[in-house]
Amino acid sequence: MRTFGWDSIQFLLLATRWTIGLSLVTFLIGGFFGLIFALLRALGPGWAKMIVAGYIQLVQATPLLVIVFLAFYGLSFLGFFLPPLIAAGLSLAIYTTAFLADIWRGCIESIPRQQWEAADSLAMSGPQKLRYVILPQAFRIALGPTVGFMVQIVKNTSVTALIGFVELTRAGQLVNNMTFQPFHVFLTVAVIYFALCYPLSHWSERLKGRGHARA
Amino acid sequence: MAYEMQFGPVLARSGELVDGAINTLILSGEAIAAGVAIGLAAAVTRVYGPAWAGRLVKIYVEAFRNTPLLVQLFLIFFGLPYLGIRLSANVAAFLALSLNLGAYATEIIRAGLLAIPKTQIEAGLALGLSGLQTIRYVVLVPALRIIYPALTGQLTLTLLGSSIASAISATELTAVASKIESNTFRSLETFLVIAVMYIALTFAFRLLYWLIGKRLFRRKVPRPSLLADIPAAGAKP
Repeated sequence: MRTFGWDSIQFLLLATRWTIGLSLVTFLIGGFFGLIFALLRALGPGWAKMIVAGYIQLVQATPLLVIVFLAFYGLSFLGFFLPPLIAAGLSLAIYTTAFLADIWRGCIESIPRQQWEAADSLAMSGPQKLRYVILPQAFRIALGPTVGFMVQIVKNTSVTALIGFVELTRAGQLVNNMTFQPFHVFLTVAVIYFALCYPLSHWSERLKGRGHARA
Repeated sequence: MAYEMQFGPVLARSGELVDGAINTLILSGEAIAAGVAIGLAAAVTRVYGPAWAGRLVKIYVEAFRNTPLLVQLFLIFFGLPYLGIRLSANVAAFLALSLNLGAYATEIIRAGLLAIPKTQIEAGLALGLSGLQTIRYVVLVPALRIIYPALTGQLTLTLLGSSIASAISATELTAVASKIESNTFRSLETFLVIAVMYIALTFAFRLLYWLIGKRLFRRKVPRPSLLADIPAAGAKP
């Protein structure tokens, strides 16, 4: 039996790379679809609004863990074999898309009507209105909540440990199985998560504070 | 693809699934009650209490908001026995969920308390309300009205987060589903069924929050008519 020491901490830190990598991939894919869905939800035709709203409602009412299990166990039965990495990325992206679409929709809708009318009266086309008038302003409003949601993404990657994807939490379980020192192991794991998340939380608070001061 | 869905073996065990859903309701209901109580006490301490207590609250809030619920659960269930505190899976899950919700609720309720201007409290006292009456009618209910959407959203996350407790084999819905899945090998069907059950639970909770909100905020405060047009110019976007 090994005792919890520097080599265990090194193992945890190496696994942290997967937590960071999975978070980034999730944010990029979820952000891409989230933006499309947010635009559809805020500005699309009626049927698209309804489909996106339904998607957001259903995903936000399902536990992330169940989505992860559905992707990992469920889809492999349908003939796709998904290794844990793909199942983890897919399910986190599905979840993140719903939340980011909801956050960003609110930001787009919070731009006052007059801005649209002003852009109209400057004879801007639809894409021009979005590109030069609406989205730059919505982006500034969205920055704080988006960074805040990044914290949730980093923490949510821990759930993928339960399908055996070896990121920080799963690595913690493995080290615990070797050392039987759960208190040391999971406290260290928690400290590493805190080191990842606290700067993001702090940044998000500052961005939100700035928004208030300006308004 | 030759896969045929067979819900039969899963639905044959609907009794266990219903038990699991009831346990999920009990677990998250208890965690919600405790978490909101923690959040209320901690927020009042942070806003109106002495500075040192406020700092302790801030440390608690940041520690729990910046680490995953799953790790908090592992630390409580596997780690605390090292300190001589041995908890059953269900108690550990309750503790982790309520401390986690408590941290978020603290921040949400604090934002509500800070949104009540000091002058409003002074106005309440000037009208001859007692201190407690002022807190009840002038601070708490208006603050709750402001934060109600954020708070109920967080409560929904606690209901869904309770599925994490299956990782330490508490007896809630997801744990029951994992057991059925490993007995019947009907993975897709099992998790689809509990997904629908969670969605139904969530919508039932939302309906309940809406009814409570309707009752709690029955008295609509009319906008002061004289000032109605003035703040609109500088209203926040």
